[in-house]
Amino acid sequence: MTMVEQNTPERNTSEPNILVFLPVLPSGELLGSAAELLGAASALGTPVGVILAPAGKGHAAAEAAGQCGAARVFTAEHKVTGSLLTTPYLEVVAAAWEATGPEAVLVPNDVDGRDIAALLSVRTGSAIASDVVGVHRDEEGVVAHHSVYGSGYTTESAPTHGTLIITLREGAVDDRAPAAEPVVETLELNGAGLDEPPGTAASITEFTESVEASTRPDLRGAKTVVSGGRGLGSKEGFELAGQLADELGAGLGASRAAVDAGYAAHSLQVGQTGVTVTPDLYIALGISGAVQHQAGMQTAKTIVAVNKDPEAPIFDIADFGIVGDAFEVVPQLIETLRAKGQ
Amino acid sequence: MKIVVLVKEVPDSYGERKLNLTTGLAEREASEKVLDEITGRAVEVAVSYAESAQEAEVALLAVGPASAEATLRKTLAMGGDSAHHVVDEGLAGADLTLTAEVIAAALERIGFDLVIAGDVSSDGTGGLIPTMVAQRLGTAHATSLDAVEITDSAVAGERAAYGGTVRVQAPLPAVVSVTERLPDPRFPGFKGIMSAKKKPLETYTLADLGVEAEADVPRSIMLSVSETPARMSGEKITDDGDAGTRLAEYLIQRRLV
Ligand SMILES: Cc1cc2nc3c(=O)[nH]c(=O)nc-3n(C[C@H](O)[C@H](O)[C@H](O)COP(=O)(O)OP(=O)(O)OC[C@H]3O[C@@H](n4cnc5c(N)ncnc54)[C@H](O)[C@@H]3O)c2cc1C
Repeated sequence: MTMVEQNTPERNTSEPNILVFLPVLPSGELLGSAAELLGAASALGTPVGVILAPAGKGHAAAEAAGQCGAARVFTAEHKVTGSLLTTPYLEVVAAAWEATGPEAVLVPNDVDGRDIAALLSVRTGSAIASDVVGVHRDEEGVVAHHSVYGSGYTTESAPTHGTLIITLREGAVDDRAPAAEPVVETLELNGAGLDEPPGTAASITEFTESVEASTRPDLRGAKTVVSGGRGLGSKEGFELAGQLADELGAGLGASRAAVDAGYAAHSLQVGQTGVTVTPDLYIALGISGAVQHQAGMQTAKTIVAVNKDPEAPIFDIADFGIVGDAFEVVPQLIETLRAKGQ
Repeated sequence: MKIVVLVKEVPDSYGERKLNLTTGLAEREASEKVLDEITGRAVEVAVSYAESAQEAEVALLAVGPASAEATLRKTLAMGGDSAHHVVDEGLAGADLTLTAEVIAAALERIGFDLVIAGDVSSDGTGGLIPTMVAQRLGTAHATSLDAVEITDSAVAGERAAYGGTVRVQAPLPAVVSVTERLPDPRFPGFKGIMSAKKKPLETYTLADLGVEAEADVPRSIMLSVSETPARMSGEKITDDGDAGTRLAEYLIQRRLV
């Protein structure tokens, strides 16, 4: 790793640097979590973005990071296929760490983010706070907030000393940083992790871009979420949830049973082993409300449930529960909303 | 080929799970202990490969309190040749860095070609341990695999990536973790349960592994814990043919649509 362009102006050295790993899509766009990652970082110090973008897309991605509040951005470019798994990400984050001596590092709590955090922690001997839902600073430094046992408890943690590495739960932080004109520094990757001894890293042999057919808002950040369960009976039946979601401009979710039955993609799964959502309105259609499902949605502000079974546990946490057939209730709901011009 | 599966015992998520409001530690008596569901899938991957392979040995490794021994025995009933249990007072409240150090030290002791774990545990929800262990051992990691293929010399699979999926391949030795896209584990049969009782189960202390829990290295510590008030239910109606309309009115009134 070499620095080809270093252009560091005088900085306010009293503000600690907070490194933020910002994932980039093949299109060059920043992942939706960028705003909340930088928002969380801005509550702790100066947000410094770290970007590894497809060839030719680094600069635009850095600009976008500035829009989300990055005061400084390190960028590098690479190709996913043929590279080593995680290593290129780790190399750019490590180079930015060298250059900034951060007080905390934030990465999204997703498959790649977790690997970066894990490697960085071992390499630098730093403490990790995982699946963090919020951060603040006290007299002694960075404090991480966690939501434990499916929102049953809230805990706070801190490192005994040293830099804290944080994996941030997607959709959990509402803070946003004001847009900034970032200082951009370009890093050159030596080649995908050539400094790694052979045989100690997995390689990526193929990348398949997902065809995003959905125009719906992302489940994690949506103000309203409509989820369907096994009770919708079939892939066709599950369309009912999709229809209502589109009517309300809502994100679409699913229970694990609906995912397992093939009604919905795994990325839509809400719950303990899926996505955790905190929308203003959550509508559960044909979902029994098992604890593991509740773990992912019980912090929604308003919960509506439609279920045939009056004993379904979802009713224990629903603000408005309807004992009835979703295939009768939902079409009437849509019709009424349209009639009232909503 | 020696496969080691990382076995985690967790409080049953179907039941009540409690944290002690003074120590912040799991209230062990409050919940029933079960094998983490995702561990079951990891065991299934190992055991089904061992059945089809020429020479494969499966060992189970758990780090946890004394109760984990019963869980290890139950897991041995699904398959596997031996179990290893690290149990030590010094592990109470262990953070991720200490846990990874202990697991890596135990794996070095046991020996392995391939380590298989669940991707994210249902109680800790960290999803970091497998990669931390791999890095400590200096082996490749390939985590959160939605599909796994094992051969004599390599492990391959598919996993999520930004904007798509990737196929990854790692030479052995390696550490992998699997997602809940992998098949459910088998039910242990009577034969499995009987033979599990006779399989070797070895225990280790931190001293046996040369790990110092009190070492002055950065650790994560818990500062506070509080219980979220239970959510109350609100209005509940039975559809008499107008529930859709009533729901529309409810949503409009509260400006939710
Ligand atoms: C470790 C672990 C992790 C898990 N993680 C998750 C997770 O992340 N997310 C998750 O969702 N689950 C998870 N589960 C699974 C969970 O326990 C439940 O099995 C699952 O949530 C059930 O999904 P469901 O409500 O769609 O199906 P069911 O429980 O089968 O419920 C279907 C419901 O539909 C109702 N119904 C049927 N027909 C109609 C109709 N026409 N109109 C209205 N209602 C109707 C029925 O009355 C029933 O209540 C996990 C389990 C474990 C052990």
